[in-house]
Amino acid sequence: MAATADDIDYSDIEEKYQVQYDDGFDNMLVVDGVPVIDKSKLEKLVARICKEFSRKGVSIKPEDVYMPWNDSTGKSQGFIFVEFRNVDDANLALAAMHNHPFDAKHQFKVNRFTDIERYANLDETYIEPETEEYAPREHLRAWLADPQGRDQYVTYRGEDVEIYWHGKPSQSELAMKPDWKDFLYVAWSPLGTYIATLHRQGVRLWGGSSWKPQQRFAHPLVKLIDFSPCEQYLVTWSNEAIVVPEGAPQGPQYLSPDDEGNNIAVWDIKSGDLLRTFSTVSENDSTAAKKQMQWPALKWSPDDKYVARVTAGQMISVHELPSMYLHGKKSLKIEGVVDFEWCPQGDRDREDAEKDALTSTNGAAAKAVKKARENMLVYWTPEVANQPARVTLLGFPSRAILRQKNLFNVTECKLYWQNQGDFLCVKVDRHTKTKKSIFCNLEIFRVREKDYPVEVVELKDTVTDFSWEPKGERFAIVSSNDPNLGNPGPGITIKTDVSFYQLEHGKNDFKLLRTLPSRTSNAIRWSPRGRHVVLATVGSSSKSELEFWDLDFNVEDAGRREGQVSKEEWGSGIQLLGTADHYALTDVEWDPSGRYLATSASSWTHTLENGYAIWDFRGQEITKQIQDRFKQFIWRPRPRTLLTKDQQRQVRKNLREYSRTFDEDDAAEESNVSAELVALRKRLVDEWNAWRMRSKAEFFGDGGQRAGKEGKTHSETEEKEEIEVWIDEVIDQVEEEVVE
Amino acid sequence: MRPILLQGHERPLTQLKFNTAGDLLFSCSKDHVINAWYSHNGERLGTYDGNNGTVWTVDVDSESRFLVSGSADNTLRLWNVASGKCLYTWEFPTAVRRVAFNEDNSKIVCITEQRMGYQCAIRVFEINREADGTTQSEEPLYLFNPIGSKATVCAFTLTPNVIITGHESGKVALFNVETGQEFESNERAHGARVTDLQLSSDRTYCITSSEDKIARIHDTKTLMVIKTYTTETTLNSAALAPTQPYVLLGGGQPPGMGTRTSAQNAEFKTRFWHKVYEEEVGRVKGHFGPINTIAVHPAGTCFASGGEDGFIRLHHFDDSYFKAQPFGAIEAED
Repeated sequence: MAATADDIDYSDIEEKYQVQYDDGFDNMLVVDGVPVIDKSKLEKLVARICKEFSRKGVSIKPEDVYMPWNDSTGKSQGFIFVEFRNVDDANLALAAMHNHPFDAKHQFKVNRFTDIERYANLDETYIEPETEEYAPREHLRAWLADPQGRDQYVTYRGEDVEIYWHGKPSQSELAMKPDWKDFLYVAWSPLGTYIATLHRQGVRLWGGSSWKPQQRFAHPLVKLIDFSPCEQYLVTWSNEAIVVPEGAPQGPQYLSPDDEGNNIAVWDIKSGDLLRTFSTVSENDSTAAKKQMQWPALKWSPDDKYVARVTAGQMISVHELPSMYLHGKKSLKIEGVVDFEWCPQGDRDREDAEKDALTSTNGAAAKAVKKARENMLVYWTPEVANQPARVTLLGFPSRAILRQKNLFNVTECKLYWQNQGDFLCVKVDRHTKTKKSIFCNLEIFRVREKDYPVEVVELKDTVTDFSWEPKGERFAIVSSNDPNLGNPGPGITIKTDVSFYQLEHGKNDFKLLRTLPSRTSNAIRWSPRGRHVVLATVGSSSKSELEFWDLDFNVEDAGRREGQVSKEEWGSGIQLLGTADHYALTDVEWDPSGRYLATSASSWTHTLENGYAIWDFRGQEITKQIQDRFKQFIWRPRPRTLLTKDQQRQVRKNLREYSRTFDEDDAAEESNVSAELVALRKRLVDEWNAWRMRSKAEFFGDGGQRAGKEGKTHSETEEKEEIEVWIDEVIDQVEEEVVE
Repeated sequence: MRPILLQGHERPLTQLKFNTAGDLLFSCSKDHVINAWYSHNGERLGTYDGNNGTVWTVDVDSESRFLVSGSADNTLRLWNVASGKCLYTWEFPTAVRRVAFNEDNSKIVCITEQRMGYQCAIRVFEINREADGTTQSEEPLYLFNPIGSKATVCAFTLTPNVIITGHESGKVALFNVETGQEFESNERAHGARVTDLQLSSDRTYCITSSEDKIARIHDTKTLMVIKTYTTETTLNSAALAPTQPYVLLGGGQPPGMGTRTSAQNAEFKTRFWHKVYEEEVGRVKGHFGPINTIAVHPAGTCFASGGEDGFIRLHHFDDSYFKAQPFGAIEAED
């Protein structure tokens, strides 16, 4: 297996794109279809031919034309040789004069001299081209077929990458310890198909059950990468502008001289081809360069059809895939635009889109099928002169403005989509007229409803973190009015409040469920399946708490949740399941199934007790590894389920039956493990007893004299008598005479 | 398990010792005092005053008649247990680090420090048990200087005139005190200084603790390592629990060593390990500093730990301790 980018065999590509060397006849063309003449007409014909060529823009002189003669008949052969000044002229003439009608009977057939030579030398016998043997590619999603349904995670520590299975304690084992070397870090693709390593030479993707290299992207000194949501494309970024050295390999998979000076590249993952490069530095403003670059710089629409990037203050440029041409040949010119976000695709949208695709391929006129929702993006512009700040919801590719909302006294906006694309929250940091204090509004767009109604939640405090419940109608915020907010220093822990809100169906607005006051939590991590949420204090040197909350504690079956909430007391289902502490943690991540949580302390941030821990959703520690030089922990993402909604419902309904088999498995395994352990322990006890007998026998003889003595002491202690003895001891006696 | 806090010392504890009957607990400390306590209620019976420096070590004979102590004031003292009177004092050029009675109370062994040009020395004294014990021979019965790494701990084995020693280098060895010859040794018993050595009730095996964070059970005849207990912290003491298959380990990083960690509180706990399975079964917390010494009641009904914090914590085991069978019912020989 090629382990590093150095060892990769490029010879196939090099051969394919090898430069053909000039053998001196490239500027020579053979023109066929010239009238057959005798010598008397030679001059006239040559003059005529020269004129024809000149008329098409390639001027030739009569002396460049050579006409071979058939000496036996005294007539010309019907073709001529034309020599041009250079290859470019020859190519031009070839394009212009081929199939050129010279007169009613004659049509020029132009060929390169070198070609004629090559075709003449061609072997006439037909050789069946060897069909390349079909090499079946391994299944890139093989890990999903794990009989125990385990998830995987990758750890990067020191120079070592390890990929583990995570399941029940007995099933958690090392899956792979690849010998990848010299890379910055590792990253999974969004559906977990590939794992990427960033090398000096570029990006490498690995995958399949053998963890063989699957693709490579030669972007030297790459620092950041971003996959498109459907794993079709990859964006790479390097802080150094692309330089293509002399003699660098050329081809669709390589950066070409045209790409020099750019630093973002877009690649096709399946073919490995470079699609386009961009520059992040815009020519005309120097302030943008100083600002921290936003990553991902290119934002993908959820269906991989478009990729867009913003030029701050000017426009959003949307490119179509896979051509990477600017959509509609022009960008969206938006004065002052700061940021935008694509609307994510919900499960429903995806189904609709798939049905759409089906009907269009079948050509069947199935108009009954609901048209899939168009892509949407939202952007905001700040206040300029007399214009208010504005949040705009835009349909794409129709470019129709769906909803606009004006805002005043805006300092900053942040855009948060709920992951199904049902809701959009715009977190608006507003300032008072004096600009002294900042407070926060949440403008919530209900995107699924007609006319996109907007509702405002006004808060007095600054909101530091906002998070939607995945697939849910709830969100959580971290707010703070701590005076230290905004000037972080060592040892300062900011006091925060955490609040949960939920959509009230009757009134159609978001109502506070519960506030948890005076915490230090600054990070909200919803379980990917919703319902459970973890509040963490990240990046603090003195606090490192984890709180595990359940928002539907009273609901027995999460499947019957809809419609029941209103009957219960508002917010009564919120329950703290457990608290935990992982000292100096830097990262918190749920596994894709929402059953486990991993926390890690990376040596990229600090060097105190690096390592990771895995907890279950109740906050019980499953494993904890303290490892110095620990850097990264990432769960392997899972693709979306292949089961339809009905099948999922079926599974939920018959959960009891399914779980019975699992319970049996568990029980069997437990007894298996304990049987082994019992055997081991029995052996240990037997060994110990044997040694004790031996050593006693050695010292005291078989069953020896000592036994008697020991027996005596034993019986003494056993027949314990309680004897109470009072001893009056006169320690000192002093007689004192009292003198009156 | 509610501990009794014995507050009788002002400085870190150095050694704890139960008498054979188990009704008394003797403690010595860096504050120059030796205390005797009733083990059943933690009441102080009395003190043994007279030492002029840290009392490093103490041992009591099996009849609870004589107490012997070794101190940093370069003296070895013999005390009357009942009256608290000092019966005899031996003086040496350097501090006494360890003392121990032999099985029939006729001899004591003592280790003196290697310092100021004096070598580490091991002396054995004959104890005259006649009369009131004030007449003792000034000269040792045997005296020798162990070659190589200095000895830190020692005890008499069952074989007459053979002692087992633990050394600065981590070595555990057997010496014949008559000849001074080291006739058996395990150089790699530990990776760092041996901090404690306690015998089983029948003296056929012993447990050692070391700064290498490991405790081990050795056969006292062959020095074969029988069991190994690997912990995460420096160990200062290890004790065997009679009747139950456990060993008790105590220690902790002294303050100022290493950075503050989440494990900081876990270090100052008495750790219970299963003697046979070599697995940790529980911890008892309470000390504010490293645990320097642990002693278990000869009948296995209670244990005492003495810490760098100057406290002795005396724990009487609950019923659950005797009933619990963390790894199922076993019949392991004591």
